[in-house]
Amino acid sequence: MTDALSRMLASRDWILADGATGTNLFNMGLSSGEAPEMWNIERPDAIRSLYRGAVEAGSDLFLTNSFGGNASRLKLHGAQGQVHELNRIAAALGREIADAAGREVVVAGSVGPTGEIMQPMGSLTHAIAVEMFHEQAEGLKAGGADLLWVETISAPEEYAAAAEAAALAGMPWCGTMSFDTAGRTMMGVTSAQMAAQVDKLPNPPLAFGANCGVGASDLLRTVLGFVAAGAGRPIIAKGNAGIPKYHDGHIHYDGTPALMGEYAVLAHNAGARIIGGCCGTMPEHLRAMRAALEAHPTGPRPTLDEITAALGGFSSASDGTGDTSGDPKRERRGRRG
Amino acid sequence: MADEEIILSELDDDELVLQMHDDLYDGLREEIEESVGILLERGWTPYDVLTKALVAGMTIVGADFRDGILFVPEVLLAANAMKGGMAILKPLLISTGAPRVGKMVIGTVKGDIHDIGKNLVAMMMEGAGFEVLDLGINNSVEKYLAALEAEQPDILGMSALLTTTMPYMKVVIDTLVEKGLREDYIVLVGGAPLNEEFGRAIGADAYCRDAAVAVETAKTFVARKHNQLAG
Repeated sequence: MTDALSRMLASRDWILADGATGTNLFNMGLSSGEAPEMWNIERPDAIRSLYRGAVEAGSDLFLTNSFGGNASRLKLHGAQGQVHELNRIAAALGREIADAAGREVVVAGSVGPTGEIMQPMGSLTHAIAVEMFHEQAEGLKAGGADLLWVETISAPEEYAAAAEAAALAGMPWCGTMSFDTAGRTMMGVTSAQMAAQVDKLPNPPLAFGANCGVGASDLLRTVLGFVAAGAGRPIIAKGNAGIPKYHDGHIHYDGTPALMGEYAVLAHNAGARIIGGCCGTMPEHLRAMRAALEAHPTGPRPTLDEITAALGGFSSASDGTGDTSGDPKRERRGRRG
Repeated sequence: MADEEIILSELDDDELVLQMHDDLYDGLREEIEESVGILLERGWTPYDVLTKALVAGMTIVGADFRDGILFVPEVLLAANAMKGGMAILKPLLISTGAPRVGKMVIGTVKGDIHDIGKNLVAMMMEGAGFEVLDLGINNSVEKYLAALEAEQPDILGMSALLTTTMPYMKVVIDTLVEKGLREDYIVLVGGAPLNEEFGRAIGADAYCRDAAVAVETAKTFVARKHNQLAG
């Protein structure tokens, strides 16, 4: 147990992660269509203040500005040759802020999806996916990240490729998926299926869970799904601060700090130990979440009704678990031999 | 009769069309190609093969996708099977002057690499008989405008999967308004972080929750547009 997150998990009941990266950078003037990762080089002070905002609001762990820092996505901006550099600097800036915090703060190297579909449905091979994630992981490692934080994944194949890359880089890792389609990921993965996959990986994550998706209520239903599936590892909950709305030229999420405080307590009671926000979660939300977690000792596991009463309704009637695992329900006419 | 072997060429027309709906659902590309060939040999018009076999079959796929019964992997396989059939039909449809449902230019906005949802929409629109020009990912306002001018479509479709790129849709729509072109096109938007209110706020005609809804919405708007022109 030599890594920073394992130590923290051993000594603490819950860990407050950070909030949004994109939403915060927009407020600092990032324009739509730009690669946020370029700011690691172009505007390092803005990235420092992004990280500092989370740390000063009470986060015990924050993610680096490297979500889109793989070759496939940086290629859009002609920056596929800068994968190592952009990730290294993202982590190095994080290390600097964490080490100056005056308490232990974990630097989690954010690794987002490649944006491509893996074989056999798509063209991305396992080997190339591993290579891309590994390249990014080495950059984050060189910059001093404590671990890799794989997030917003929808395909189990991509999750497995990221796991393998973490092993190649010799780094501990955490990994979350985004459950945004009728309670499942876009590729049809249920919370129970993810929990099962995590246990079967040769190098399982330190913690796993859900991020982003369709709002805080759905995310907590997913957390309850992990628990029901018998998850033995720490669970991560990183939900959005409500629903995006458009006001005067920028995106604003409608979840208030008070609501996110309630969400944090419910997430903890539901069984999550690493709790943070995703899109729309600003430092003021994190402050409210920290205060709420500190004020409330662990309570009973919330029911689905208690979740919707506090945070609003679900986006779909079911979370996809417990049915016939998405097998086509049509009566087949027969199949050719 | 789950494992009984079916000889496609021995099925009568009605049976074969139903079988094609099943084969589309199961993503069996070779079977679809073979069945399209059989129907054409039997004297079906390319347009009838398209609408009664392929479009009707993809409608079932679309409905189950919308209802959370099928997910992206299954729909990709179905769309791939349909593409096999379309490759045979396309030249024939053009040479026989079959009626056109409408035309769409579609693309993911600047800075966004995500094209899974956009590809699904393009495939389902083609499956519904629309002509689709796919601009791919990372499209600037200039690229959208050039395509609109060259193609003169009925519909412009824009997709974004990131909160960092969705506001770019407004940039495109504002430019259309500025140039006095906004009313020439039906503008449909989609992508995971979007919602109906966002679509309205940026001045799109509609937000489409998924590919199946996109097809339904496109049909409604195109019909309305044609009625206006006729009236």
